[in-house]
Amino acid sequence: MPNYRIHKTEYIDETKRVSFKYDGKTYFGYEGDTLASALLANGIHLVGRSFKYHRPRGIVSCGAEEPNAICQIGSKKDLTEPNVRATELELYEGLEASSQNCWPNVKFDIGGINNFISPLIPAGFYYKTFMWPKSFWKKVYEPLIRLSAGLGKSPTEPDPDIYDHKYVHYDVLVIGGGVSGIIAAKMAAKNNFKTLLVDDKKILGGSTIYQNNESIKIDDKLSSEWLKNEIQEIKKLSNLSIKTRTSIAAYHGYNFLLAKENLTDHLPEEKKENKIRQRLWKIRAKKVVIATGSIERPLVFNNNDRPGILLSNSINKYLDYYGVTCGENIILFTNNDSAYETSISLHKKGIKNIIVDLRKSASSELIKQAESLGIKIYFNHVVTNTFGYRKINSLEIMKLSEDGNTTVGNKIKLSCDCLGMSGGWTPMVHMHTQSGGKLDFRDEDQVFLPKENSEDQISVGSCNGDFDLENIIDKTVNKINKFLDIDNQDYQDTNIICSKENDKRNIWLLPNKIPLGKTKCFIDFQNDSTAKDIKLALKEGFRSIEHVKRYTTTGMATDQGKLSNMHALGIIADTAGVKMGTLGTTTFRPPFTPLTFGTLVGRNVGKFFEVVRKTSMHEWHVKNNAEFENVGQWKRPWYYPKNGENMHDAVQRESKAARDSAGILDASTLGKIDIQGSDASEFLNRVYTNAWSKLAIGKCRYGLMLNEDGMVYDDGVTTRISENHYLMTTTTGGAANVLSKLEDYLQTEWPELDVYLTSVTDHYSTASICGPNSKKILNKLFPNLDLSDENFPHMSFKEDKLENINCRIMRISFTGEQSYEINIESKYGHSLWKMCIEAGKEFNLTPYGTETMHLLRAEKGFIIVGQDTDGTMTPSDLQMDWIVSKKKFDFIGKRSLYRSDTVREDRKQLVGLLTDDPKEILEEGAQIVSNVKSKPIDMLGHVTSSYFSPNLNKSIALAVVRSGKTMKGQKLIIPMENKNINVTVSDTIFLDKENKRLNA
Amino acid sequence: MFLINCPFCGERDQSEFSSGGEAHIVRPKQPTELSDDEWAEYLFMRKNIKGIQFERWNHVHGCRKWFNVVRDTSNDKILSVYKMGEKPPVNYK
Repeated sequence: MPNYRIHKTEYIDETKRVSFKYDGKTYFGYEGDTLASALLANGIHLVGRSFKYHRPRGIVSCGAEEPNAICQIGSKKDLTEPNVRATELELYEGLEASSQNCWPNVKFDIGGINNFISPLIPAGFYYKTFMWPKSFWKKVYEPLIRLSAGLGKSPTEPDPDIYDHKYVHYDVLVIGGGVSGIIAAKMAAKNNFKTLLVDDKKILGGSTIYQNNESIKIDDKLSSEWLKNEIQEIKKLSNLSIKTRTSIAAYHGYNFLLAKENLTDHLPEEKKENKIRQRLWKIRAKKVVIATGSIERPLVFNNNDRPGILLSNSINKYLDYYGVTCGENIILFTNNDSAYETSISLHKKGIKNIIVDLRKSASSELIKQAESLGIKIYFNHVVTNTFGYRKINSLEIMKLSEDGNTTVGNKIKLSCDCLGMSGGWTPMVHMHTQSGGKLDFRDEDQVFLPKENSEDQISVGSCNGDFDLENIIDKTVNKINKFLDIDNQDYQDTNIICSKENDKRNIWLLPNKIPLGKTKCFIDFQNDSTAKDIKLALKEGFRSIEHVKRYTTTGMATDQGKLSNMHALGIIADTAGVKMGTLGTTTFRPPFTPLTFGTLVGRNVGKFFEVVRKTSMHEWHVKNNAEFENVGQWKRPWYYPKNGENMHDAVQRESKAARDSAGILDASTLGKIDIQGSDASEFLNRVYTNAWSKLAIGKCRYGLMLNEDGMVYDDGVTTRISENHYLMTTTTGGAANVLSKLEDYLQTEWPELDVYLTSVTDHYSTASICGPNSKKILNKLFPNLDLSDENFPHMSFKEDKLENINCRIMRISFTGEQSYEINIESKYGHSLWKMCIEAGKEFNLTPYGTETMHLLRAEKGFIIVGQDTDGTMTPSDLQMDWIVSKKKFDFIGKRSLYRSDTVREDRKQLVGLLTDDPKEILEEGAQIVSNVKSKPIDMLGHVTSSYFSPNLNKSIALAVVRSGKTMKGQKLIIPMENKNINVTVSDTIFLDKENKRLNA
Repeated sequence: MFLINCPFCGERDQSEFSSGGEAHIVRPKQPTELSDDEWAEYLFMRKNIKGIQFERWNHVHGCRKWFNVVRDTSNDKILSVYKMGEKPPVNYK
């Protein structure tokens, strides 16, 4: 097996050999490697196929910007992870990785045929091709596209890993642990700012940490040696926290940032167990220093995507940090000085290399150094083509014309096994723009830079466009002193020597003799968009960068165009003949690198996904086989099946029992608001549609609450407990909103009212007993209470004790039966319930759930707010005009009741529906029409509630129908999929219109 | 995510608050006197300003108090907070 690890470095522990599998084959690397560096050490460049043309692709970079080396990690159904960047994944014993987007394998990939038919699949291919015939979309095109779409494979089972969230507050957050970040963090921490420094790598130091060029020195030391001392020093600072393997995902307003910390991804399987995998840090910082650095640009020329073509600086990092050379015969193609550092480094390790430089000439310390080492340099030359299928083996260069627009002279063919490219540097302005910052364009080296920095945020180092070390350190020190309003002298006497770049030449799309249409000049490696695609988009009329991006998909892959966006912009600017700075950029959206869903969700999975509220009787319901329904966050018994009953049978039995003898319902979940104060009556007058001043103490009244727009908002029974004390009940789902609404009016519109509101929903448990035998059961529970209709009539309230515990008993009814609601402090709720059940045994007291409750109230035509209403129903629409006071001067929503729209007679109004076939049960939500033949069919309304009533032995329904109030007796039709159901409009009250049962 | 300085509790995360729309819209004292248009003006019409906006906020997961906020919608900066019933600061128009 070839070995490209050519020297030892302090970052690779050669005593710790690590075995891993790639595409099923076992390889070895060392602790300290990334998957990418270990693959390169084994001579593997080819790691995937491109998305569209399935071209062989190799590792391009050494960091977060990697477009090609994205892998599928692991093979377990619950733990496999797609699209992991091999350049960031630290190697661990037992790692299993495989290449993506290829079949049957990366070396022989059937999809590679797309490369040869590429002229047939230009930009916008999908939009242009899959247009007709229309019927083909759903059955043919979409399934085919879906089959070929997507890069990796998602896990198919729930993620067993543990994730965590944590909030932290700091005075200063420094993003990025390169040279400028380290200086900023040190200055802040030494001046008493509580500081956090985060970096996405395993160790601090950025690209300076492996810098070993003799021409770049700080205080007479190699810059890497100097920086190591600095790192040792900041580790001692007590008010500096350092988080490595932590990347900022998002920078929101008010300096609120999200960071993902990798805790176990670098550990072998057995050490990952039971540990938190990733933690999402939610950081608030008073001030933020952005020191995220810059990434090297590729160059755009024909066949610039072959395996073995990397960014020049990445070749340098693989060499000096990992000890791995990317080839043995390397060519570096550049438009700036930084490739010379790589060249000199390679030369010193004995790796043969030559330089092809776009610039006509260049002079700087680095260039002199390279020249003196005898490194061959082709100035004013350009790479025009590359060769080699699975790896580059040679290339052609040509001389550039004076203006750089074309090539001249003869082709020179050079052999190589690796090509490094350097198109200059792009400052990482992601964080700055995510936080709302704007950008400026610097023409000189064609970079977007952070515009103004706000008082609580600053960019330093190369992300601010400061590229050479002297510039970086001097500017960082000055800016941080000013930013933090301190006078730190630590770097006053720091002596920096570095090479200064004097010459620049940038060409976004490099010239070629071959017509553009026949070249493959890749811009976005991951999404396979080429210079040709960009030009085509412009030709077809696209102008906005946002449109070109979407049409060509440039920058839309998992790498979000970190390497491609600038070239796309540059080519658009050149083609359209406009200045690049005027084009603007596409939006930099979070996250910076993809986040796992697990990290975002944290601990809120499984039973912690949502809060569950249970009544104190819950345990009894569970023991007695209840099926539950979610109402808001509450778990309410839905029905109690017995002996294998289905829902329909259980509900029929429960409903019949409630009317024939007695039923009991857990009504604890209804919202309860305690209202006290000398203006409590006046307050109720203003919030309900009916009058409250004359309600006697000890009496209950039903109230309807509207929104200011006149639409029904909530309803419930309120009891006057004493002169200035009421207990209001609300719907279960509306409780929190009603309280908020009442508080809003009290605090903002009527602060003069002396009223205090307290939510007591959780304080009381409620058992509601109804039916002809309910009075007898109550009598057993409260033998001393006079239950006669004279003493304790319908809509009244008594207090009594149950075994010394106070109970509030309301005689109110939502079923139309004689009915008592017993309220007791929640801790006694379970006992109360059991005592009720015990006392009711001889009367066949039957527990019933929400479904039976709904049926029983529908028989009586009582509405459920939210089921029979939808925020567009007035009291009059509900045929409840009786509850709207004509005398009251004002109440919430009163004025809206006679707006021109609310007095319309053809509004949808609540009616009853009876099916011609009494056994036919309508579907809730079904549309109602009068004529199925007209086209379009005029839809009159819809069914809101529908049940089979065991007490009436027929199907009943409530519905809202246009002008329904005037339609009693009229025949209507409910058209269903297979048949039309004939119905007759009826009264909304189906049972006991005279309310005889209330006092039976 | 905003940091909001509740006039009763101090600086808290936005997730503790709920927004209540435009501030200083007074409920008419005699709604019955109003024409449909005048009532509709109160009921439905709200400003949507780019720039300095007066808003109602409620510290719903805190002290549950309503208060007013002056916010520049163009950069989301909160310029001032003040209690219900207090006059808006004069330096913002």
